[in-house]
Amino acid sequence: MKSRRLEQGGRIDRTKPIGFAWDGKSLNGYQGDTLASALMASGQQILGRSFKYHRPRGIMSAGVEESGALVTIGKDSGAEPNIKATTQELFEGLEGFGQNAWPSVRYDLGAFNSLFSRFFAAGFYYKTFMGPKALFGRGTGFWMFCERLIRQAAGMGKASREPDPDCYDHAHAHCDVLVVGGGPAGLSAATTAARAGLDVLLVEQDFELGGDLLNQPESANRQRKKLIADAQGQGVRVMTRTTAFGLYDHGVAGLVERVGDHLPGISQNLPRQRFWIVRSSHIILATGAIERQIAFGNNDRPGVMTASAGRSYLNRFGILPGERIVIATNNDSAYQTATELEDAGAVVSLIDARENVDSELIGLLGGSNISLRIRAAPLSVKGMRCIKALEYTTATSQGWEHGGVEDCDLLLVSGGWSPVVNLLSHLGYKPVWNREQACFVAPETDSTVFMAGSSAAIWNHEDCLISGQSVGAGVSKLLGCSVRQKKAPKAGGWVGPIKPVYEVAVKGRQLKSLVDPQHDVTTDDIRLAHREGFVSVEHLKRYTTLGMATDGGKVGNVIGLALMAEALGKDIPDVGTTTFRPPYTPVSIGALRGRNVGEHFRPLRRTPMHDWNLEHGATMTMAGLWHRPWYFAQQDEGIEQAYIREAATVRETVGLCDVTSLGKIAIQGPDATEFLNRVYTNPFAKLPIGKARYGIMLRDDGIVMDDGTTWRFSETEYFMTTTTAHAAKVMAWLEELLQTRWQDLKVHVASVSEQWAGCAVAGPKSREVLMASLDNEDVLSNENLPFMGVVETQMVGGIPCRIARISFSGELAYEVYVPSDYGVSMMGLLWGQAKIVGGCLYGLEALGALRIEKGHVTGAELDGRVTIEDAGLGKMASPNKSYIGKSLKNRPELVREDRPRLVGIKPKDRSKTFHAGAILCKQDQVSGMGEGWVTAVTHSPALGHWIGLGFIAGGHEAWKDTTAIVADPLRKEDVAVEIVSPHMFDPTGERMHV
Amino acid sequence: MLRIACPFCGLRDHSEFAYGGDATVVYPALDAGEDAWHDAVFMRENVRGVQLETWHHVNGCRMWLIVERDTLTHEIVSVRPAHPEWANAITTETSLKGDT
Ligand SMILES: [Zn+2]
Repeated sequence: MKSRRLEQGGRIDRTKPIGFAWDGKSLNGYQGDTLASALMASGQQILGRSFKYHRPRGIMSAGVEESGALVTIGKDSGAEPNIKATTQELFEGLEGFGQNAWPSVRYDLGAFNSLFSRFFAAGFYYKTFMGPKALFGRGTGFWMFCERLIRQAAGMGKASREPDPDCYDHAHAHCDVLVVGGGPAGLSAATTAARAGLDVLLVEQDFELGGDLLNQPESANRQRKKLIADAQGQGVRVMTRTTAFGLYDHGVAGLVERVGDHLPGISQNLPRQRFWIVRSSHIILATGAIERQIAFGNNDRPGVMTASAGRSYLNRFGILPGERIVIATNNDSAYQTATELEDAGAVVSLIDARENVDSELIGLLGGSNISLRIRAAPLSVKGMRCIKALEYTTATSQGWEHGGVEDCDLLLVSGGWSPVVNLLSHLGYKPVWNREQACFVAPETDSTVFMAGSSAAIWNHEDCLISGQSVGAGVSKLLGCSVRQKKAPKAGGWVGPIKPVYEVAVKGRQLKSLVDPQHDVTTDDIRLAHREGFVSVEHLKRYTTLGMATDGGKVGNVIGLALMAEALGKDIPDVGTTTFRPPYTPVSIGALRGRNVGEHFRPLRRTPMHDWNLEHGATMTMAGLWHRPWYFAQQDEGIEQAYIREAATVRETVGLCDVTSLGKIAIQGPDATEFLNRVYTNPFAKLPIGKARYGIMLRDDGIVMDDGTTWRFSETEYFMTTTTAHAAKVMAWLEELLQTRWQDLKVHVASVSEQWAGCAVAGPKSREVLMASLDNEDVLSNENLPFMGVVETQMVGGIPCRIARISFSGELAYEVYVPSDYGVSMMGLLWGQAKIVGGCLYGLEALGALRIEKGHVTGAELDGRVTIEDAGLGKMASPNKSYIGKSLKNRPELVREDRPRLVGIKPKDRSKTFHAGAILCKQDQVSGMGEGWVTAVTHSPALGHWIGLGFIAGGHEAWKDTTAIVADPLRKEDVAVEIVSPHMFDPTGERMHV
Repeated sequence: MLRIACPFCGLRDHSEFAYGGDATVVYPALDAGEDAWHDAVFMRENVRGVQLETWHHVNGCRMWLIVERDTLTHEIVSVRPAHPEWANAITTETSLKGDT
């Protein structure tokens, strides 16, 4: 291929040269070039190597369907592989690299793969690597062994392993009408709808508007400019460099806008890409059509392109793509291209597969030196690295026969056109085969999405314009605007019919004819799939990987279907249709994640005392979305020393712990008591005012949902606390019950989790510390505030507070809540007093240690599989009243004696430790799923050794005097343990009643 | 993505809502037997076409809604508050607006 830049013509700006590098070599292009056009103008032919066979590959198209010029752009952390050079805008300093070749794309040692290509046919991997069991053990062992070697030899570009240095944004837009595609049909549709008064958003993947008008000679530019000016004049919002990659329900579209991909360097102020979610009421798809290849020998050689691509490089980019050009076609569309290339100075010959060609077309060639051969088609490309000549065939009554050989440096092929119905497919529409136009077209659609222009198989520009106007007016009418609507043109528009040609072959000739060049799927692969019974389209696809490359089947699907239809002796529509899924073109993960990365990956919740905790030495940890103090290390303590000291201090003197993250729900109304009594398993009907009660709630199916305390302040007012983990779920549940099930109950619930800051004050000295922090210390005396008592009072300085005498640690303890803005003042008051008596601040780890010693459950135990009996709380299930979950908790499987039940775990050898998540097994049967599992482990300062909680079949009574094994296959540690009651410390609860 | 017209908030993305379940289920009395509860909790029609379902506008007004949705096309036929008093209130308000 002897391509060169012409002196004039094209839409490039020859006054603005752009320097770029290709595989380290400095080259030049112009403003308006793509990387592909700049490389073509520089005479570069081999741009990469193919996926499996390392066949040389060059530019095959001028658009998103490109399957040859897949390149890597950028270096190191900024490297992005598998970019289509045909859509990459050129910019100053661009660094591009060929892919899948070593040492270089021109001299690739991996090409020896092609010598063994029969081993790499469809199904090769399945057949070979599920294979020799004797050698490699079970199933896929051999694959595991070979995978690394094969992955090195096959594949596409390599992604960077470094973090992405770019930033990405998410954005949202609304409109009445979304128009996808900025060609003649899209522009006229948008203008018509906007003129009718609608809010129209038009998106175009290219960096210029105009669609196919861009590929036409200079003379078409006036029309292009007028169409654009009209659209802008009517207030159409236009986004270029923006791909609608997916359509979703209810008028939602996903777009990716390439904001900075054409700009040198990383911009300080702009994101690289924006991911848009557009919400529209109607969508018009003017997405154009993609020219098809034909399968023939070596149809993937550099120098073989679609005919429309040849036209695009000539008219848009001012390049003569070859000097001796053969154009092979089966339809009208390539004739204009032929004359334009000849005018530009190439020697052109046309071969047309059809039996006869309309005189109008022949008239087009009049006065030129273009030779035309009819009943002729390409058979095989000569030339090892690039095309040198074309061997063509002639149609006879027996089929194709050898016709002749013609020297050429460029072969342009037009095998017909495939309307881009891909986006419609995302909505679940199945494309239907149009026999006359030999392509899949849109089926009937509902009244929210419409096709216009060549995406509706309308082939000439005038009809495309009318089609756009007609659809634009139709949508306007639906939205209540009165406009005149022209009659929509029908599909078609060529003077002579297309002759369907999908493969050209001659009996007895071995050819390597590519169907899907990106995945190296050949015509023989399709036939092999047929022979082996993979005849359904879905099986064919998965067996051969046809259509599964980055072009998503734009290039090969129709040919693949046609070949399968032929092998089955059926028509194409009887074999199936193609289903396209999002994205239309690849979308970077970065755009989808936007700014939700690192610490912004999910929302962060901080308590009002967050900074106070940090100032006082807290190391934080995540608890759901919350940041909570984990431990407060002193001097050079590690986590273990810190939490053991903290837990011991709580049992000796006093500790303070930020418990703000607990869920808090205000429950008010005349029926609040009845409501709680139905929600909780234990009785709440007679909870006195001024008292709190620990409660368990079940799901409908009888499994424990959550636990917590509920405090009663008046006849009609309660304050419920939930676990941190289940706060949102419990709130939604209460709302569901009140709004959907118990609509007669007069109760109002409101989440007040954010309104109250909480602190647990725990330990023998907690009363002393809290008394000194109150305005009136008498409210806290044992008589005035007995165990489970609640009181509303004031802290020193008049801070309003709520106190309940409840204990999670097993010590004399209180939970104190103040309005959030007083959180820091509360901590200051309490800590001032706690320090005096030698108290400490404690975090989640010590909180865990204290509750494990006591056998109190948390989310780790209440994991959605546990019944109230399993948790050892069966006596809280009232036999005397009804409540949610009561019926179904008695299902046979849920009341079996051998269900795993909550137990305490102690290592036989008290110096040993073990891990949460390990399984509990019988001593002589360390296998399978065991008899239970460990949920929590801590070092117990009170007992002086490691202990744990867990569940084991039958509970601790069943394991009396029986050793169990904590089996930890991942860490390869087995520890012998004894199974005990979960209440390992102060089982009678004396300490909290003092 | 679906879009649901919340009677209180307007047309919103479904990601603001949490799916509840089959809105036609009548839950038995709390003291009803195991069979009645089993059927209410576990037995579901796999509807092809329009079905009634509950959605919670959890990142919005927190109202439970009854949505009539076509499982095949995702077309949403109607949306109303699950609580009849709210539904009535809205109807009244709409008709008042209509009068003025
Ligand atoms: Zn709402």
